[in-house]
Amino acid sequence: MAFTVKMAIAAMEKFNAVIEEKKEYLTDLDSAIGDADHGINMNRGMKRIMEKVRGKEYADFGGIFRDVAMTIMSVVGGSAGPLYGTFFMKFGQKLGTKSEASAGEMADALQEGLAGVMSLGKSAPGDKTMVDSLEPALRALKESADGDEAAAWNKAVAEAEKGVEATIPMLARRGRSSYLGERSIGHQDPGATSSLYLISCFRDAFLEG
Amino acid sequence: MIGIMVVSHSADAAKGIRDIAAGMSGAGDDVPIVGVGGNDTGGLGVSVGKIFDALSEILPKSDGVLIVPDLGSSILSSRTAVGLLPPEDAARVIISDAPILEGAMMAAVEASGGSDLAAVANSAKEARDLQKSDH
Ligand SMILES: Nc1ncnc2c1ncn2[C@@H]1O[C@H](COP(=O)(O)OP(=O)(O)O)[C@@H](O)[C@H]1O
Ligand SMILES: [Mg+2]
Repeated sequence: MAFTVKMAIAAMEKFNAVIEEKKEYLTDLDSAIGDADHGINMNRGMKRIMEKVRGKEYADFGGIFRDVAMTIMSVVGGSAGPLYGTFFMKFGQKLGTKSEASAGEMADALQEGLAGVMSLGKSAPGDKTMVDSLEPALRALKESADGDEAAAWNKAVAEAEKGVEATIPMLARRGRSSYLGERSIGHQDPGATSSLYLISCFRDAFLEG
Repeated sequence: MIGIMVVSHSADAAKGIRDIAAGMSGAGDDVPIVGVGGNDTGGLGVSVGKIFDALSEILPKSDGVLIVPDLGSSILSSRTAVGLLPPEDAARVIISDAPILEGAMMAAVEASGGSDLAAVANSAKEARDLQKSDH
């Protein structure tokens, strides 16, 4: 079974719903080491994305993720806007005019998206950012893409979960939380948490077919 | 002529800093200086779309543009907007590491003398060392 454009739209619907459900939790995480707006930012962005995407016909991944990227970049005032915007833009550009993708091709797109985030944010694994859940997810998806694709997606989510937990003891080196220095230690990163949700929404959309 | 773009989380701050830089530098209307700020609904925040639109407007009228951002997502959003430009336009934009107000002002002074983008960026950066007091 391949990942389809229809699944991509379903994944965005799911991401919107999860963000809506978890917006207070994400904002609480951001209030500990940031400015308490990550849930609000993401919720606003995803709502507007769904207004744009719902009911539109998309022939390929490039089309839908371009709309997703442009909307979130223009609507979300915090760092999450340009970061997620760049992620979705590069992700969609890699898949381009494809309308179906294997787990390996999805991993290649994820790699482009992650590279975009890291180059824009000048961030690397271990900096206590969204990179810390996306990077382990990518590694898992890549490693197991040639076998059972459902298992590969499950592995990606499991590794992203571990990545989120691993942000707790980290010292923040990028973004607003880095202003806190040592006081950022002991708190889970909100962006890594929302990125885990994104990966699990891709997985769920894939498993549901 | 090099244009200057002030990018702030606040539309009011962007406009105010733009006005100070244009007025106090004596650059007047010679140098295109714009202020871009606020999210898409006018609240505190930064919009990549707004920065991109402003760049698309000012670039055809100038030889290059120096962006002087405030903090955090102003910088990320500016980088993202520049990345959306065609490469030949992106090559004519520099994002400054200068403090926003002093940087915009020094850049305006330099630009009004007809300097190129590298010189304008350099002057803005030197604004870091403007001493206001001994403390
Ligand atoms: N330079 C960066 N590189 C990668 N991710 C970053 C960077 N800066 C911030 N982030 C991510 O963004 C999240 C904060 O997003 P948000 O609260 O929406 O924006 P802001 O920090 O502007 O308030 C952080 O938890 C972190 O995961
Ligand atoms: Mg925040």
